[in-house]
Amino acid sequence: MSENQSLKATPLNAVHRQLGARMVDFGGWDMPVQYRGILEEHKAVRTAVGVFDVSHMGEIVVRGPGALDLVNLVATNDAARLKAGQVHYSGLLYEHGGFVDDILVHKVADDEYFLCVNASNQDKDYEHIVAHNRFAATVENAGARYAQIAVQGPMALAVCQKLTRSELSPIRYYWFEDGVFAGVEARMARTGYTGEDGFELYVKPSEAVTVWEAVLEAGAEFGILPCGLGARNTLRLEAKMALYGHEIDATISPLEADLAWMVKLDKGDFIGKEALLKQRAEGLKRKLVGFEMRGRGIGRDGYEVNVNGQPAGWVTSGGPAPTLGKNIGLCYLPVDLAVPGTRIEVVIRGVGVEAETVTTPFYKRAK
Amino acid sequence: MYPENYKYTKEHEWVSVEGETGTIGITHHAQSELGDIVYVDLPKIGSTVSQHQTFGSVESVKAVSDIYSPVSGEVVAINDSLSGAPEKLNADPHGEAWLIRVKLSNAAELSGEGMMSAAEYAQYVGA
Repeated sequence: MSENQSLKATPLNAVHRQLGARMVDFGGWDMPVQYRGILEEHKAVRTAVGVFDVSHMGEIVVRGPGALDLVNLVATNDAARLKAGQVHYSGLLYEHGGFVDDILVHKVADDEYFLCVNASNQDKDYEHIVAHNRFAATVENAGARYAQIAVQGPMALAVCQKLTRSELSPIRYYWFEDGVFAGVEARMARTGYTGEDGFELYVKPSEAVTVWEAVLEAGAEFGILPCGLGARNTLRLEAKMALYGHEIDATISPLEADLAWMVKLDKGDFIGKEALLKQRAEGLKRKLVGFEMRGRGIGRDGYEVNVNGQPAGWVTSGGPAPTLGKNIGLCYLPVDLAVPGTRIEVVIRGVGVEAETVTTPFYKRAK
Repeated sequence: MYPENYKYTKEHEWVSVEGETGTIGITHHAQSELGDIVYVDLPKIGSTVSQHQTFGSVESVKAVSDIYSPVSGEVVAINDSLSGAPEKLNADPHGEAWLIRVKLSNAAELSGEGMMSAAEYAQYVGA
């Protein structure tokens, strides 16, 4: 196992190594891909609780009287609809309608918005937002001020409640509260990237180890496991949550990515709006759709998809769905074929293997 | 960890020879690096495999890994039990979870370049 000194490390790097994690280069970060095994970690999150170090994620804070105007200009969702303490999913787009990034927007106050962005896109996002800042808002590239720990699973609430006097149960999904967690200041957001209930905790990097260890100890009675990026990926794929660089990138629009729900075309001007209106008027050419393998084999990221023997699209993410016991994936297809029930072939090492498009999400938790 | 009577390759396969038949599998190190194995693709009985050429693949949750044959020959048996229980490859890669048996076409390959003893392989993977 080689250690690459040029990789960035989270404050929990040494803790992961002590836990025996297998570390990988994830977008320039030295991150745990698994500890005991992806399947076991995946199951812990679906049936009990798991904890993830997602400190590589970036944070950008937009402040000042012009904060709302700036957020609403650069992001597709309507931040004016957020109440203080509320979160929504949104997109940063280029003028041509492709994604700069997908983000979570937290409204802290009328004049403060806290954005959680993808690790490898952080600097690009920051520069993009600053370039459109004609509202004299203050934009802070704040990633270095935050570590992020995600506690996910049906027992996440019980685990987290042991560690704070804030009442967590009334915090609804996609809302957050600032308070004291495990003795340190924390932003406690009821959000996640697993399809389960849970919290994403934003804390100071210097306090990440304290919080991580407190969560593991509080979760011991529920069978908590530390979980790596491997399980994070299988969990998000079952829940059909997009991953930048796979389902979305600079060449893909939110309409194509089946994310029209996070675009508010009626809210006023935003970057990319004209391109999306044009795309909608002309009709989409391709769209994201889920599939299940029918033949033996696993369709994986980047594999070609054929329909009636002709190239028709490509797999954006694919792999085993441990909760479902199936091999699943997401792919782009011509829009008329991107509906459930289309027989497709995923080209696996030169051979077309039968699959069928299906409704998504593949997995949805019982409420 | 690594049976003394097997030969090993740099691609992390092993071969165990009895008479003219070689049994082939992946090593403990290989399964450990792959993680949870969820799928195994093996050749048909009667097909031929060539030394250092790929004959199938093993897939973990995260990745696909080609399997290279340590020896040349004709496939005389495949381990059917793996298609329904690929996780056996994590549990017993040197025993129950063998992959294929081949009738050796060139026994000299066993002592040729690129074949390692158990001790050499253990050193190679830093075990």
